[in-house]
Amino acid sequence: MSERVREKLRILADAAKYDVSCASSGSRRKNTNKGLGDTGSGICHTYTSDGRCVSLLKILLTNFCIYDCAYCVTRKSNDIERTAFTVKEVVDLTINFYRRNYIEGLFLSSGIFKNADYTMERLVRVAKELRLQHKFNGYIHLKTIPGASDELMKEAGLYADRLSVNIEIPTESGLKLLAPDKNRQDMIRPMNYLKHEIIQNKEERKLFKKSPLFVPAGQSSQMIIGATKETDKDIMYTADSMYRNFSLKRVYYSGYVPISNDSRLPMLNTAVPMVRENRLYQADWLMRFYGFNVRELLNPATPHLDLDIDPKLGWALRNLNQFPIDINRADLQLILRVPGIGLHSAQKMVAARKFQRLNWDHLKKLGVALNRARYFITCNSRDFERRNLSATQIKQFILASSSSKYLKSQPAQLELFT
Amino acid sequence: MTTLIYDGSWFGLLCCIFDIYEYKLGAVSVSTPERYQPDAFSAPREVHTDTQHAARVSKGLLKNVSAKAYADLYACFLSELPEVPALIVRYARAVFSEKLSETAFGNPDVLRVTQISKMVSRERHRMKAFIRFQLTADNIYFAEVEPDFNVLPLIMGHFKNRYADQEWIIFDKKRQYGIYYDLQRVEEVQFTFSEGKSNPNAFAESEALYQNMWKDYFKHVSIDSRKNTALHLRHVPKRYWKHLIEKQVY
Repeated sequence: MSERVREKLRILADAAKYDVSCASSGSRRKNTNKGLGDTGSGICHTYTSDGRCVSLLKILLTNFCIYDCAYCVTRKSNDIERTAFTVKEVVDLTINFYRRNYIEGLFLSSGIFKNADYTMERLVRVAKELRLQHKFNGYIHLKTIPGASDELMKEAGLYADRLSVNIEIPTESGLKLLAPDKNRQDMIRPMNYLKHEIIQNKEERKLFKKSPLFVPAGQSSQMIIGATKETDKDIMYTADSMYRNFSLKRVYYSGYVPISNDSRLPMLNTAVPMVRENRLYQADWLMRFYGFNVRELLNPATPHLDLDIDPKLGWALRNLNQFPIDINRADLQLILRVPGIGLHSAQKMVAARKFQRLNWDHLKKLGVALNRARYFITCNSRDFERRNLSATQIKQFILASSSSKYLKSQPAQLELFT
Repeated sequence: MTTLIYDGSWFGLLCCIFDIYEYKLGAVSVSTPERYQPDAFSAPREVHTDTQHAARVSKGLLKNVSAKAYADLYACFLSELPEVPALIVRYARAVFSEKLSETAFGNPDVLRVTQISKMVSRERHRMKAFIRFQLTADNIYFAEVEPDFNVLPLIMGHFKNRYADQEWIIFDKKRQYGIYYDLQRVEEVQFTFSEGKSNPNAFAESEALYQNMWKDYFKHVSIDSRKNTALHLRHVPKRYWKHLIEKQVY
């Protein structure tokens, strides 16, 4: 019995690992019923050897699937071992892992067997059993299956903390190419439905304190990067529209890991585009926390993010006319736009300058990366960058003074004409 | 110069601050009976720990700084770093006498307090993440840890809320004390472990199975083509591996 469960766990964890979302934050499900679990601001309980957070027990309910999406390991035509968990097995694993403080909760996804409703119903049943029979207050993230009925989604929302639909391919044409039996509209529809339900629930909770939680941690989605030929601009514009139209909490970017020798896809053993993925996350952060508009970072003139420098530095170098700024006077919004200054150090600076004017020494102690920031700011010091440097020169100076985590061999040749 | 000798407790430290104002002391340094070494230039002075005095100081501090800043000072204290008692005394004096603001990050003491409390807070968060309970035969979930700082007082509430329906013990091996939850409240406990071989029947029958499944799971969620050991080590430093189930061999 236990050997069979172990075998299933191996297969179904393997199949689920390409879903990158592992957030367990955003929900405040308190342990008020003397039950098991209490959800707060999210904890990563361990990290895999590829450095990704493990916060949830991330498994598929089954890897049987009726679809044949080229980018997916569990596609119908792939010759792999197929298996399925029972509801009881998933519940038992979740509870026992949670009690030992291995995990924050459950992330349950599934291949599609029979049809959308049939699959969705089983996912909901797991969540329902955990919540009602086991008084489980840990985090539950469920996948919404495109095409499932509104009633099932509504029920899922009552038990889950987060629901997500993966958009997978950033452009509609890419999706047509790689997953001909899927269509974009089916993925958009549940997002739209849930957005309205979430808003409605928020209104209700304002009036009636006791009305039940509904998807308290919101929705998220994921896109695969580098499986098709889209530009960074396509990806980020899609992300931006999802943030705006469906009030998503997060969009995840997942560098394509070659798993098939399909001619439509990058060949096996192609490197995973990890640097590009990192730059996309940085751009995402600039949009969500630093007040950047996606059009400032990516536009028809710059359809791709620089791989050798971060997107904020890239933006600053294209907009040198906005600098230097005086960090003892400028607004927080402007300070946030300086390369090398993060959210926390910017906030600390704005608080500290009420009491004394700040100089280079203070900035360094507050944690500013001066090797980048010094070209863009002035402070309470007679010492500042006086040379009239061009964007290319600044970039070369900065690259020379830092070593990238990613680029093992720095490009030897300097660009002469740019 | 006066050297204040206190009992090493948080209340004791607050009483040092009380005595500085009560007896109008000038320059002071702080020490504990274990650390104190007499020198020619300062006179020792014993500080009597009085909870009422301590309460007056903490009330006074809370009048001048936010609850967050006060919690930061307490977190600094738990770091047990040698510089900390003097830092807290200096900070408190500046708050009382010079109306120092807790957000004046240009002041080195204010900055240092936020930095140390950040270090402690990181350790506290790591303990919430890295504690691994093992189910014993008498149905108590037991975990052993060796945190860099004395963070058990900071994580008590978290585990009490989370595991409200199971008995658990978290034991700090480095500081030789633990906390025990008996389904009602959390208490501090001391243990003496018997010498010799560990008892193979100490743990519940199912324990090994779940440990193995957790190891299986850990192995299978990793994507080999994305292997990034440097990043892994940054998130899970080696000193914590000893108590992590998933880092043990089968």
